[in-house]
Amino acid sequence: MRRTVRDVVFVDGVRTPFGKAGPKSQYAETRADDLVVALIRELVRRNPELPPERIGEVAMAATTQTGDQGLTLGRTSAILAGLPRSVPGYTIDRMCAGAMTASTNAMAAIAFGSMDVAIAGGVEHMTHHPMGEGFDPNPRIVAEKLVDPAALNMGVTAENLHDRFPHLTKERADAYGVASQEKYAKALADGKIAQDMVPVAIWSNENGWGLATADEPPRPGTTMEGIANLKTPFRPHGRVTAANASPLTDGATACIVAAADVAEELGLEPKMRLVSFAFAGVEPEFMGVGPVPATEKALAAAGLSIDDIGLFELNEAFSVQVLALLDHYGIADDDPRVNPWGGAIAIGHPLASSGVRLFNQLARHFEARPEVRYGMTSMCVGLGQGGTVIWENPRHADYGKEDAQ
Amino acid sequence: MSEAYVERVTHSLLREVELPLGAGTMALITLHNGLDIMKPNSLGEQTLIELDAAITKAYAVPGVVAVGVTSKPFSFAVGADLKGVEHISDHADAVAFAELGHRVMRRLGEGPVPSFTFFNGIALGGGFEIGLQSTYRTAASGIRLALPEVAIGILPGWGGNWLAPNLVGADKAVTAIIENPLNNNRMMTAEQARDLGLVDAVFGGADFLASSLMWAAQVLQGDVAVERAEIDRSEETWGAAVARARTIAATKGRGLYPNAERSIQLIEAARTNSKDEGFAAEDQALADLLLSDTARANIYVAFELFQRRAKKPAGAPDKSLARQVTKVGVVGAGLMASQLALLFARQLKIPVVMTDLDQERVDKGVAYVHAEVDKLLGKGRVDSDTANRIKALVTGTTDKADFSDAEFVIEAVFEKMEVKQQVFGELESYVKPDCVLATNTSSLSVAEMAKDLEYPERVVGFHFFTPVAMMPTLEIAPTDKTDEATLATAFAVGKGIKKNCVWSKDETAFIVNRLLMRGLLPAMQAVDEGTPFAVADEGVVKAGFPMGAFLLVAMTGPAVALHTAESLIRSFPDRFATSPGFEALVAAGKPGVYLWDEQGNQSVDPEVAELWKQGDSPSTSDEVARRIKEALADEARLMVDEGVVQAPEDIDLAMIGGAGFAVNCGLLPVLDREGISKRVTGKRFLPPGVASVGS
Repeated sequence: MRRTVRDVVFVDGVRTPFGKAGPKSQYAETRADDLVVALIRELVRRNPELPPERIGEVAMAATTQTGDQGLTLGRTSAILAGLPRSVPGYTIDRMCAGAMTASTNAMAAIAFGSMDVAIAGGVEHMTHHPMGEGFDPNPRIVAEKLVDPAALNMGVTAENLHDRFPHLTKERADAYGVASQEKYAKALADGKIAQDMVPVAIWSNENGWGLATADEPPRPGTTMEGIANLKTPFRPHGRVTAANASPLTDGATACIVAAADVAEELGLEPKMRLVSFAFAGVEPEFMGVGPVPATEKALAAAGLSIDDIGLFELNEAFSVQVLALLDHYGIADDDPRVNPWGGAIAIGHPLASSGVRLFNQLARHFEARPEVRYGMTSMCVGLGQGGTVIWENPRHADYGKEDAQ
Repeated sequence: MSEAYVERVTHSLLREVELPLGAGTMALITLHNGLDIMKPNSLGEQTLIELDAAITKAYAVPGVVAVGVTSKPFSFAVGADLKGVEHISDHADAVAFAELGHRVMRRLGEGPVPSFTFFNGIALGGGFEIGLQSTYRTAASGIRLALPEVAIGILPGWGGNWLAPNLVGADKAVTAIIENPLNNNRMMTAEQARDLGLVDAVFGGADFLASSLMWAAQVLQGDVAVERAEIDRSEETWGAAVARARTIAATKGRGLYPNAERSIQLIEAARTNSKDEGFAAEDQALADLLLSDTARANIYVAFELFQRRAKKPAGAPDKSLARQVTKVGVVGAGLMASQLALLFARQLKIPVVMTDLDQERVDKGVAYVHAEVDKLLGKGRVDSDTANRIKALVTGTTDKADFSDAEFVIEAVFEKMEVKQQVFGELESYVKPDCVLATNTSSLSVAEMAKDLEYPERVVGFHFFTPVAMMPTLEIAPTDKTDEATLATAFAVGKGIKKNCVWSKDETAFIVNRLLMRGLLPAMQAVDEGTPFAVADEGVVKAGFPMGAFLLVAMTGPAVALHTAESLIRSFPDRFATSPGFEALVAAGKPGVYLWDEQGNQSVDPEVAELWKQGDSPSTSDEVARRIKEALADEARLMVDEGVVQAPEDIDLAMIGGAGFAVNCGLLPVLDREGISKRVTGKRFLPPGVASVGS
């Protein structure tokens, strides 16, 4: 029996408010798995047409898979969330692109017919699990000079990018960071951010129970003057600062993806259709360029060119890495198609979860912009990778017709 | 309050919470005693003072739209701090304590903004009353809620008697306040509380607080209307509920809970009186009861005996000394042995090997166990996987070599010394030197049973009460030679099968049967003297026995009872005797004294009346009760002085759980209270304050 590939759609997505990692994080005494549980329950609540027993997988991602992010989080969170025991789950790791990988894996499995519906997402509690926790790099990396040890530090790779592309100056990086903060603040004021945010109960042994309702990392009112002289921690007199990089963050994301025909059967409204996805590897020392080859592959698989993409949600690990992608395609730093509501520099980047946040936001853009047919979500990944997913807008007039050539 | 007592304070942490939907700021109080799940919050004086301050701060939060009260994870609050209450010995202090709770908690319902209590875990008594005092209540699915105070001799003292009927009507209030406590202290689930109207909404535990806060926002915004059913305040309906409560107190409560009447009166008055009047009346009622010896005895039984002593038995060696038990042997396959085998298999989930004189008896015993498991399966008490597991664990053998790898073997064979000695002697050639040999003897000497063994130090008394599945007491009796590891293992096994282990000296009939026999003797003698059987039985029940003498004896079996009596007579000939009438009864093989007709009417079996020669000086039931209590006091004093028990409290613990004796107040508190201890033995058993109001 020959398999046919079926269409897969993004149905709904949510995230927790993000916390600024550190002892004062709103999530300092809240478990990472409880964040995931809150999201699973909210997704089920928001989509009563989906009987929980139809969920074919809980595909989760976390970079550090120990403690409250361990014990096969995708499975335990399903049990803790009260899903039927028949729903399986797993956790994967592709560092920053964890959720993007979990969700594309799930969508590929759906397309292949192994399941009909999945919940996918990711969590990173960077207060509980700082980057590099439990790190034990193989000595050959250094001994055989396989990778420059400095490449294991994300900020250093960003400085390397500035070296490779000297025209991507600190000024441009700073301006991009300021714009991210401004766009987020505006989106927040316009009520856009709250749409997919799930309030989460948070515990403090000193103050008792509270409720997380807002992102902690954003710094509204950031100005060029204000950030011009910030320390450059990765290189003396360098370019990368806290203002043009994403902060360390605690948070989780989750989404529902489904076979398009099953979504129709159940009465679930598709918000995006998966067109293509790709991951690619690059020199770890320049991990920020990862999105470039990943985008090339994804566009090729989709039979599209960059000109067909009407909206972009790009992860902002560092300004310079976003600018590198935009520069490659000749897109202006302040192109309105790019991160209309700001990005990780303002919101934060809980490593394994960010991919689905990009999906959530793109889906909302699609809702508001039916004239845009294709959108793209893309991110760079530590140790030199990139991931890109291309989506089609179900509201577009040509939706479902042959892809543009 | 006594200086010696230090309250484990539950603090009121305060935090401002931005409610969803833009509903505004809630001042959320979290009750937290800083301890883990094993030590739930309780409400003492300092706790209430801090809650008061937190409520003030909460209402002062700028722009506050509501106040919330919840608790540290997994439990809400289990009621007033009873350990502190035990130290109250002044009526004015008791009233002040009641008033303090009223004054503080009512602020939740009478403040400038509505209040929400979010029951995230078990909430009992005063803990539940925090919710009743609030405007709204939510509860996490499956948690337990209750007002159990009536079961321990007091009554809800912080608003429950007035607030509950004014919220859900008198009948539902009676269910929560009177019926449930007197029905084996039944508690409500969150869902049941919601169905009664005592709680407004129930949410799943996984995200209970977030869901509750969303609900609160919806209520405040008017998106959700909280339905409160109209209450029927007619005299007729209210009166019917009150009457029902009185019937329950008399029947289920068997008249043992006079405090219930105080609560019922408050519920009655709540139909028309004001909150202030209701609370003031509650202040007095709670103070009166806290200062009553009966309530103190109730609290002593519930907490000192069944919470503290039962969980940490006196006389048990350090549990690290216990050997691991991976297989149990049961010698004997009669009814008692079969019950034991089932208990061990079901609770310990390890292999249990039964043996008896021949294969036929063995098969019968194993078949009994399997049939009992099938009954449990039929009633849904175990699922089929567990039933299979238990059945597979219990096997039978006539080859004692199958015991060679057991670490614990208990004998429940015929109650005759030679037989038991022979069984132990034979076992010893098969089992390891440190295998614990336990005996279920009820009145033979454990030391005597062990005397010819090569390793007598591994022998211990391990005495159950029937029915084995129901009676919690297990008497553990080491001999002078029993080593610490054996004793520790015995206590560990006892704990594993969920019994309340009570240390006893290896003395005839240990604790419970010795006292029961001594107590029944005056009843027998009274009948010999000419007291009607039924009158004597009335006296027996008045003295605290769970049923009349002759029913009790019929339950054990008259021959067994006589055998125990004979053992006691041999050991203590000055105090124990049987009655010729009773001996005649046993000789004639009569199972009991009474007959019942189809309507259940009881009458004395004429054949027994023939056999049992009576004199012509009858006593009243009160006189019989007095004589019984005096005998019990005498015997209890001897037992305490001779070190038969580790402490007098163990007598009460053993008697309640082994014989159902005076279940709500124990034996010794009553003897002390009625002056019988002093009159008969020269002094009290328990110091004032332990099971009575302190001085």
